[in-house]
Amino acid sequence: MLHIECPWCGFRDDAEFHYGGEAHITRPDPSKTLTDEKFSEYLFLKTNTKGLILERWCHRSGCRRWFNVLRNTITNEILEVYPVTETPSSKQGKETYDRNWRRISPSKKTPKTDEAK
Amino acid sequence: MIEKREKAQPRSLTLKENNYSFFSLAKNAFSKHKNWPQAWRSTEPKPEYDVIVVGAGGHGLATAYYLAKEHGSKNIAVIDKGWLGGGNTGRNTTIIRSNYMWDESAGIYEHSLKLWETLSHELNFNTMFSQRGVLTLAHTEHELKEMTRRVEAIRLNGIDSEVLNPRAIKQIVPIIDINPQLRYPVMGGFIQRRGGTARHDAVAWGYARAADQLGVDIIQNCEVTGFNIKKGTITAVKTVKGEIKANKVACVVAGHAGVIAEMAGFRLPIDSRPLQALVSEPIKPILDTVIMSNSVHMYVSQSDKGELVLGAGADSYNSYSQRGSLNIIEGMLAAAVELFPVFSRLRMLRSWGGIVDTCPDASPIISKTPVKNLYFNCGWGTGGFKATPGSGHVFADLVAKDEPNSLAAPFSLDRFVGGYLIDEHGAAGVAH
Ligand SMILES: Cc1cc2nc3c(=O)[nH]c(=O)nc-3n(C[C@H](O)[C@H](O)[C@H](O)COP(=O)(O)OP(=O)(O)OC[C@H]3O[C@@H](n4cnc5c(N)ncnc54)[C@H](O)[C@@H]3O)c2cc1C
Ligand SMILES: [Zn+2]
Repeated sequence: MLHIECPWCGFRDDAEFHYGGEAHITRPDPSKTLTDEKFSEYLFLKTNTKGLILERWCHRSGCRRWFNVLRNTITNEILEVYPVTETPSSKQGKETYDRNWRRISPSKKTPKTDEAK
Repeated sequence: MIEKREKAQPRSLTLKENNYSFFSLAKNAFSKHKNWPQAWRSTEPKPEYDVIVVGAGGHGLATAYYLAKEHGSKNIAVIDKGWLGGGNTGRNTTIIRSNYMWDESAGIYEHSLKLWETLSHELNFNTMFSQRGVLTLAHTEHELKEMTRRVEAIRLNGIDSEVLNPRAIKQIVPIIDINPQLRYPVMGGFIQRRGGTARHDAVAWGYARAADQLGVDIIQNCEVTGFNIKKGTITAVKTVKGEIKANKVACVVAGHAGVIAEMAGFRLPIDSRPLQALVSEPIKPILDTVIMSNSVHMYVSQSDKGELVLGAGADSYNSYSQRGSLNIIEGMLAAAVELFPVFSRLRMLRSWGGIVDTCPDASPIISKTPVKNLYFNCGWGTGGFKATPGSGHVFADLVAKDEPNSLAAPFSLDRFVGGYLIDEHGAAGVAH
């Protein structure tokens, strides 16, 4: 069971929270240039990292407020809690944010297989 | 790169040399069962294969078996980071059924159920497939109506399915409480009598042995760490035992699908989440069918050993920790005790978790990928054990021909671009 620290209510069991999935996904501009591929990427593709992820939680059975979390999906350790309107400020949080495929320019999106884990 | 080994691989035994039969049982009884031949070889990798299957779960082993048997592929390896069958194949609660609503799902799951019906014979291995029926309960008026509609859709696809009233349910399951005063009373249900359970390990072992007899190399403790991709085409698999060349690579790694896809440079519409199950101490036979309830969130069957096997929904958050939250188990047990008051004094023996690969439409992915000659079979989520034979069968076809057959085609990755989702949340909500 996760023990999540709500910024307003403190540590509570995960049963009180609602999971909001990956954080920092920007909805693409619905202009004429928006392709099905781009929209599918926004709607369906998941980061699903084994390791550090940035994610959203809502304290549904408490203060009902949203916040963001940096969590390790192997150990379930929560390393940072920060406001939804901001990006993470810890070193690991920043690295996780920058390394995410959504924020890498399209030309660099396919990582060289050699450096891939 | 793996050096050419000096010693030859151990030779695989043919079915003739290692046939399980009444005769072989009697013969081995004379030597106190100490001389049974090894069921399959544990091999080290060769430098190169035609096809490498990544993931020695039921689906991966079935894929290799059908590739060797039906497509005549000679040079196949199945590699796994752990031991074969140690993933979700060895962790699941073994419910088998084909009562899905949409035509596409009916196609693949019924294909699978038909293969189950002859599997023990086909593999010469007792998979303990038991068609004890799968009974799903309805607890509200609305749920019952929706269930009736579902049953009609299922029957239109030629799959057996019938609606039952509470009295008929009580006849099949005498220990169930159908008191209308319950918080969630049993208002009815539907049953697929051809559904049931099988022995999870036996399926992995049966396919492993049968694939081995056809010359497939099974390589355990061999984690995949990356791929060699040249001009968009896969050329080799990097593993902890070195690099192994391959013309084609078929990945069937369930909860780790996203991790492996990332190694190949693309993303999948998959979330990996813990799903738990637990078993009770063994008791005398008390339940001879499978009971599922989506709205109170639990399902239960009794194993041949006498243990009750219980499960419920997946955790809501992504995790690879192979253990879930206690509140899920608490809720599931509360529901079980309300429906079956006689369970209340049972002790639970073990609980465990597996990492399930859930798709946005609760349907699997059987597909080519953006990398040529790299194929993925994943997204079975909380309910892929039942599909093991069918999934392996159609996936082998896709890998061999580089084109999906009509059963596999609807499950390709491009459905997430074209919008042809196969929404089976109604069939897969909790239930398996
Ligand atoms: C608790 C629980 C209950 C379930 N109940 C049911 C049920 O009642 N009915 C039903 O139909 N389904 C059920 N399921 C789902 C079912 O178990 C799965 O859908 C199915 O077993 C998946 O089989 P598989 O062969 O694809 O995966 P797995 O058996 O998980 O095999 C994948 C293999 O890939 C290997 N692997 C992963 N990463 C790597 C790597 N980097 N390199 C090499 N190998 C790797 C793993 O070690 C593993 O052995 C349940 C699942 C769980 C967890
Ligand atoms: Zn709060």
